[in-house]
Amino acid sequence: MTARRLAAGGRIDRTRSLAFTWDGVPLSGFAGDTVASALLAAGVRVVGRSFKYHRPRGLFGAWTEEPNAIVDVTLGEVEEPDARATVVELCAGVAARGVNGRPSVARDAYGVLDLAHRFLPAGFYYKTFLRDWPRREARIRAMAGLGRVAGTPDPRRFASRSAQCDVLVVGAGPAGLAAARAAAASGLSVIVADDRFIPGGSLHWRAATIDEQAGADWAAATVAALAAQGVRVMARTTVFGAYDHGAYGVLERAADPPAGWAAERLWTVRARRTVLAPGAIERPLVFPDNDRPGVMSADAVLHYLRVYAVRAGESAVVATNNDSAYEVALALHAAGTAVIVADLRPALPEAARAATAAGLRVMANTAVLGTIGRNGVRLVDLGPPDATSARAATMRVAADLVAVAGGWSPTVHLASQSGFRPRWDAARTAFVADTLRGDQHFIDAADIAGALEAGHAAGVAAAGALGRTVALAAPRTPPPAAAAPLRALWRVPIRGARQWVDLQNDVTADDIALAARENYASVEHLKRYTTLGMATDQGKTSNVNGLALLAEATLRTIPEVGTTTFRPPYTPVTLGAVAGLRHGRLYAPWRQLPAHAEHAALAAEMREYGGWMRPACYRRAGEDAAAAVQREAAAVRGGVGLFDASSLGKIAVAGPDAATFLNLMYYNEVATLKPGRIRYALLLQETGVVYDDGVVARLAPERYLLSPSSSHTQGVLAMLERWHQTEWPQLRVAFHDITAAWATFVLAGPAARAVLAPFTDIPLADDALPHMAVAEGRIRGIAGRIARVSFSGERSYEVSVPAGYGLALWQALLAAGAPHEITPYGVETSSLLRAEKGYILIGTDTDGMTLPDDIGMAASLRSKSVDFVGRRSLLMPEARRPDRRQFVGLLPADPATVPAVGAHAIERTADGGLRSLGWVTSAFHSPALGRSIALGMVQRGRALAAAGAVVELYHLGRITRARVCAPVFFDPTGERLRA
Amino acid sequence: MRYSAFSLLRQGLAGHAGWQQAWRSPPLQPRYDAVVVGGGGHGLAAAYYLARVHGVRRVAVLERGWLGGGNTGRNTTIVRSNYFFPESVALYDFALRQYEQLSEELNFNIMLSQRGMLCLGHSEHDMEMMARAVNAMQINGIDTELLDAAQVRAELPLANFTADARYPIHGGFVQRRGGIARHDAVAWGYARAADALGVDIVQNCEVLDFIITGGRIAGVRTSRGDVAAGAVGLSPSGHSGVLAAKAGFRLPITSYALQAMVSEPVKPVLHMVAMSWATGMYVSQSDKGELVFGAGLDLYPSYAQRGNLPTTQAIVAAMLEIFPAFRRLKMLRQWAGIVDVPWDYSPILGPSPVANLYLNCGWGTGGFKATPAGGYFLAHAMATGRHHPISAPFDLGRFSTGALIDEAAGAGIAH
Amino acid sequence: MLLIECPWCGARDEPEFTYGGEPAVRPGPATEVGDAEWTGYLYLRGNEKGAHRELWCHSAGCGQWFVMERDTVTHATIAVVRR
Repeated sequence: MTARRLAAGGRIDRTRSLAFTWDGVPLSGFAGDTVASALLAAGVRVVGRSFKYHRPRGLFGAWTEEPNAIVDVTLGEVEEPDARATVVELCAGVAARGVNGRPSVARDAYGVLDLAHRFLPAGFYYKTFLRDWPRREARIRAMAGLGRVAGTPDPRRFASRSAQCDVLVVGAGPAGLAAARAAAASGLSVIVADDRFIPGGSLHWRAATIDEQAGADWAAATVAALAAQGVRVMARTTVFGAYDHGAYGVLERAADPPAGWAAERLWTVRARRTVLAPGAIERPLVFPDNDRPGVMSADAVLHYLRVYAVRAGESAVVATNNDSAYEVALALHAAGTAVIVADLRPALPEAARAATAAGLRVMANTAVLGTIGRNGVRLVDLGPPDATSARAATMRVAADLVAVAGGWSPTVHLASQSGFRPRWDAARTAFVADTLRGDQHFIDAADIAGALEAGHAAGVAAAGALGRTVALAAPRTPPPAAAAPLRALWRVPIRGARQWVDLQNDVTADDIALAARENYASVEHLKRYTTLGMATDQGKTSNVNGLALLAEATLRTIPEVGTTTFRPPYTPVTLGAVAGLRHGRLYAPWRQLPAHAEHAALAAEMREYGGWMRPACYRRAGEDAAAAVQREAAAVRGGVGLFDASSLGKIAVAGPDAATFLNLMYYNEVATLKPGRIRYALLLQETGVVYDDGVVARLAPERYLLSPSSSHTQGVLAMLERWHQTEWPQLRVAFHDITAAWATFVLAGPAARAVLAPFTDIPLADDALPHMAVAEGRIRGIAGRIARVSFSGERSYEVSVPAGYGLALWQALLAAGAPHEITPYGVETSSLLRAEKGYILIGTDTDGMTLPDDIGMAASLRSKSVDFVGRRSLLMPEARRPDRRQFVGLLPADPATVPAVGAHAIERTADGGLRSLGWVTSAFHSPALGRSIALGMVQRGRALAAAGAVVELYHLGRITRARVCAPVFFDPTGERLRA
Repeated sequence: MRYSAFSLLRQGLAGHAGWQQAWRSPPLQPRYDAVVVGGGGHGLAAAYYLARVHGVRRVAVLERGWLGGGNTGRNTTIVRSNYFFPESVALYDFALRQYEQLSEELNFNIMLSQRGMLCLGHSEHDMEMMARAVNAMQINGIDTELLDAAQVRAELPLANFTADARYPIHGGFVQRRGGIARHDAVAWGYARAADALGVDIVQNCEVLDFIITGGRIAGVRTSRGDVAAGAVGLSPSGHSGVLAAKAGFRLPITSYALQAMVSEPVKPVLHMVAMSWATGMYVSQSDKGELVFGAGLDLYPSYAQRGNLPTTQAIVAAMLEIFPAFRRLKMLRQWAGIVDVPWDYSPILGPSPVANLYLNCGWGTGGFKATPAGGYFLAHAMATGRHHPISAPFDLGRFSTGALIDEAAGAGIAH
Repeated sequence: MLLIECPWCGARDEPEFTYGGEPAVRPGPATEVGDAEWTGYLYLRGNEKGAHRELWCHSAGCGQWFVMERDTVTHATIAVVRR
C-alpha cells in the first residue's frame, strides 16, 4: 500500500488520528475523513465487488453518486448495511467491510463468474431456466444482495419533525447560498438544507474568489451571516422528496448524537417557494475496461485532493470531453502526480493552455481505448476516439489513475419528482429543468459565476413572488474564461470490449445495444430489462450515458428517447427514520382503563381488545386462563361478579331533535323510548350491514346516552356526525364522546343488588329500577349513574362514576362484596356468559355481510316507517334470499369437546366435494350447562334449528358433528335477569 | 427464435447479435376483429388468449404509454389464491395454475417463485378468523395450513417475537403455492407470445373515445387515428372509470394511488412473502436481495401515479413494526400505481352496458396475481360474447342485486 | 402532502383530514325507490380524472364536513365550500 496522504492541506484534523478496520485489517485516518478517503489514503484499491459478475471495483466518486464503495459499517451496537463509504464520516472504532465478496472483496471466489460473462448478458434469466427455475432460483438467491442485515433490533432512535418556511433552499453551494442570502435579505423566513457535512458545496474543492474572498471562506462567512439573520442552515440534511403543495421530505443526520438522541430526524418541510440548487454530478466516460479500480471521476479526484488531502494516484491519465478537467490535471500535477491529459476534442481548448504551460502532456483528439491491470489500472491505452479496434491505440502509458470527466448532469431529481419533465439541452449536453415552474425556482448553471448569478436571481424572484424586494447586490466573482464546448462521445466504437455504463449492476454498452435489438426500446423497458440505474446509486452516474446509448442504438435523438421519471427518495433513506416515532407502543398506542393498576395488582391477564388493554381473566396461582374463565363464570351465576366495562363507549346525544335523529340512525325504534328506559339497538351501514350494536338509554326527553361497543365508539361518533352534517343538518342535535370521562363497572349475579345498595341513593327496588332502566343519582356521594342492563343474563347493574373516582370505587366494591365472595371477571368470561345466553358479539358473531334478519331481528323493518340508515338496502333481492346464513346455536355431539371457532358447517356435494354452509363464531365449555356449546352463522340456520338437524363441522381436515338449535342455551325465559 | 439454454449458449458465442425483437412495433391498422385497450399484463394476456385459444385473427392491443408500464410494472409481484369465497378461489386459483406453467407455455421465464405466503395473526381473535379462512380454503381445495407461533418463528425468524411487541405473533396461516413472480416478465412474455401469433401491440397509442352506433361499439378513436373493431375489451387498470365515462356509463369504482417501495439489497434473510393483518403490510425479499413491500392505499382518490409522504411513512412503520431489524435498511425506491378499487374489492368482468364492449377491471390492489385469469376471461367474453362460468359471478350486474363478493367482509383478508 | 383549506379553520396539513367520498343525493322514500336507483346511489361513482367533487371532514380539527373540488391528477385544490 502506498502512503498517499499529502503532508498539508485539506479539511481534515491531523491532530486526531482515528483507528478503524477495513475487512478486519486495522487502519487509521483523521477526523474529517470519510471511510472512503481514509481507504484511499491507505492505498486500498478494491473497495467492492460488482453485483452480477463480482468484478473488483474501486472508488469512483466522492459523494452520494458512488456506485462501487458499498460497505457494511459497524460502530458499537449500530450496524448499517449498504452504506456508501464516501458519505460515512470516519470515527474511532468503525469497522467497515466490503460487500458482495466471499470471503472478501479483495479475494472473491465468485469472481470466477466473470469468466462466464459472455453467456450472462442483460436479461439472460428470461431466456433460460424455463423448466427448472425453482432449483436455479435457489442458487441465484444464494448470491443475492449486497450487505448483511443484522437480526438484532436497531438501537438507534429516530424522530419526526415538521417545519414551515417562506423559502426553502435546497443545496448550500454557491448558488444555494446566493439564493438564501437574497431571500433572507428580504426579511422572509428561510431554511437552507444541504446534504454535505459542511455548507459550501464545490467551493471546498473548486477554486473560486467571491467578494474578494476564497470561495470556502465566503461560504463560511455567508453561512454565519445567514445564521445571524435567523436562517436555519441545516447540514447533513438531504431533501429527498418533493410532495404536494410545497411539502418536502427532508432527512437530517446527526453528526454525533448524544446518548438517547435521535440519530436521524425526518422533517416534513412546507415551503411557500423553493429554490432548487442541488448542483450537478459528473458523468463517466464510457470506454473499454473503464471499470477497473483507479478509474475515477475527475471531480472526485479533486475532491479527495483538496478536502481530504489525498492523492488518488501516482501517475494519472486525465481523460476528458470538456474544460472542467483541466483544474483537476493541474492540481494533481501540483501535488506531485505525473499527469497526461487526453482530450476527446479535435483541437485543444483555451483551457489547455495553462496545463501545457505547466509542463503537462496534453493530447487532443485522444480517447482512452482500454485499461490493463488485474485489481486496478496499471497501463492505459490511448488513441483516436473513432478507433474501432484496440489495435488502433497509439500509445500505452503506465498509470494507476484514470480521472474521467464526461460532462455534468444537473441534479434535476426534485424538479422531476414535482412533475416537471427535464428538457434536453443540446448545447449543455444535459437534461435540465426550467428556471421557474410553479413555486419552484431551479438553478442551472455551468460554472460558479453562473451559479452565483442565477442563485441570487432565484432568491430575488422567490422574494418577489411573496411580495418582497431585495436590496442586496449579487456576490461578485471574476468572469470565467470562455468555455469550449463539450464533445459527446457516448462510447468508443470498439466492438467486443466491455464498456461499462452502470458500474454497480454491471450493465455494459453492449447490453444496451442488445436491449434495443430486442425492441426493449422504451427507456423504462431498457431500465427494467438491463437493470440500468436500478442499483443503490440510483443511476446517478449511469442514467444519461445509458439514455444516449439507447438513442444511438435505436437511431433516435436523446429527447425522443426521453428520460425516466425520478421518484423519491433522491438518495436512500433509513427506514427507521421514515417511520420515525411511529414505532413500538407509539405505533398505535393502546388505551388503559381507569382501574388499570388494580387489575394489574389482581394479576389480571391483560390483552388488547379493540385498542384497549383489558383483563381477559384473573388467573389464580396454578390456574390456566381456561380454568380461570370457568371459575369466574360460575362465580357470577352463583353469587356476584365485578367487571370493568369502562371501555364501553359512551356517546352523549342532546338536542330537541335528538329523538328524531337517532330514530333515523338506528335500526330499532328509539324515539318512543321513555326517559329512564334503555333499549338494545342496531346501527346499520347504508348497505344494510350491521355495523354496531349497543344499548340506547334515554336519560331525559332531549338527552340520550349511547353505548357503542368498545372498538366502534370513534366510528359510531363519526357516523353520527357525518349523517347529521351531510344529510339532516336541519335537526337540532349534538354529540359528545364522554367515554374517557367515566369509569363503568358491572356488578352481575344474584347478589349484585345487595352489594350495590349501600353505595347509592338511587332506589334499586325492581319496580323503581327494573331491567332495562337507567337512573342518575349519587354513588358514594359522587354524581353518577346506574343502568340495569345485562350482558350475562344475570341481574346486573352498570355503575358509572367520573373516571377519577374509578379506582376507589373498584376497590370499595370489591371490599363490600367480600362477604358474597365477589369475583372480578374479565372479557373472556363475559364472552362466555353472553354466549350461554346467545347474545351476539359484534365482529365475532357478525361480519361485514350480516344483516339484521340474519341475527333474528326482522321486526323493525316491518314496523318502522322512517327511512333509517340502511333501510332500503334491506329490501334488495339479495337481502331477502331464503338461503342466507343465520345466527344459530350448535350443540356438539361430544359434549366434552369444544369445537374450534372458525370450523365450517359443511354439506357434501354431488361430486363428493364439500360445500360450506357457514361457520362457528363462538364456542365454549359452558359451566352452567356442563357441556360444550357453540354459536354460528349457518345457511337456513333457523329452519335447521327448528328441525333439530345435525350438521358436520369441518376443522383442518377433521370432521365432528353438532345439532343446530336456537341460539340461547341458558335461562331462555330470562327469569334470572329479574331474579 | 425459441429461448433456451442452448440458444443462450449459441448467441453467447456469437456476441448476441442474432437475438430477434421480442415483439414488433407495428403500425396501427384501420380494422381489427378484436381490440384490447390497455397493454398491461391483463390486456396482453387477453390478446394472447384471443389468438391462441379462440383463433381470432386480427387482434390489437392499444397501449397509451409503454407496454407493462401501468400497474403490471408497479406492484409488489405477489401471487396467491388464498381467498375465502368459492367464487374468488375459482378465479384466483385459475390464475395461479396458469402461472405454474406459464414460463414453459410462453417460452419466457416469468420467475415464478412459490416460496409461500404467510399471514400473521396477532391475537386469539385473529387466529379464530384465520381458522375460518383456512377451513374455507381447504374446503375449496386450496393448499393452506394454520400455523402456531413456533411454526411461524421457524419461517420468519426476524419477525418481532419479543414479549413487549405491539403486535404479538400468535400464529398465522400459509399458502405454500403462493409467492412472487417477475412482474415485467409476465407482460413481456405475453407480449412476445402474442406478437408471435400475429397480434399487433401498438404502444404510445391512446384511446380518446369510443365509436358507438346504435348502442353497439363499432370501434375506437385513438391518438393515432380511428380503428374499427368487432369487439372491444377494456383492461385499463386504474383508468377504468375514465374509459367507462367515455362509453357513457359509471362503475362502482374509485381510483386510488397504491404505493410500493424497495429497500437496498441485502443478503437473503426473508424467504417467504409475509403479511400482517393488523398493520396491513406485506413484504418479500426479491432474488436481488431488495425488500419489496407495501401496505394500505393513499387515503383519497388520485390519478397522479405518485404516493404521498404521510402514507409512505405509515407503510414503512407498518412493516418495521413486524420486522424491527429492518429499521437499519434504507428505502431505495418508492412509487405508486393507480388502482381501481370496486366497492367490494372484487373485479368486474364480462359484458358492459354497451354491446360488444367487455370489461376486465376493478382488480384494485390485487390485479397482478390474477393476470392470466383477467386476460383469459376477457378473451373468452370478447370471443364468445358470454361469460366463462368462472367469471360469471363477477359480472357488473351484482351491484344491482347486492350479490357482492366481499372478501374483506368475509374473512378480513386485506387485498 | 396536501395542504387543505378548511373553510372554517384555514389551511391545514392533510393528516388532519378524512376523505369521505363523493357527495351523493340520497334517494327516497325507501318504499318508492327502485333497486337500480338505490344501488346507483350506493355504489356507482364518477371517479373523475381531473376536477373531482368530494366530501372531506376536518376530523382532527373542527370536525366539520365540507365539499372540496380537487384535481385528481395534480392534486390542486379548485374550490372549497362550506356546505
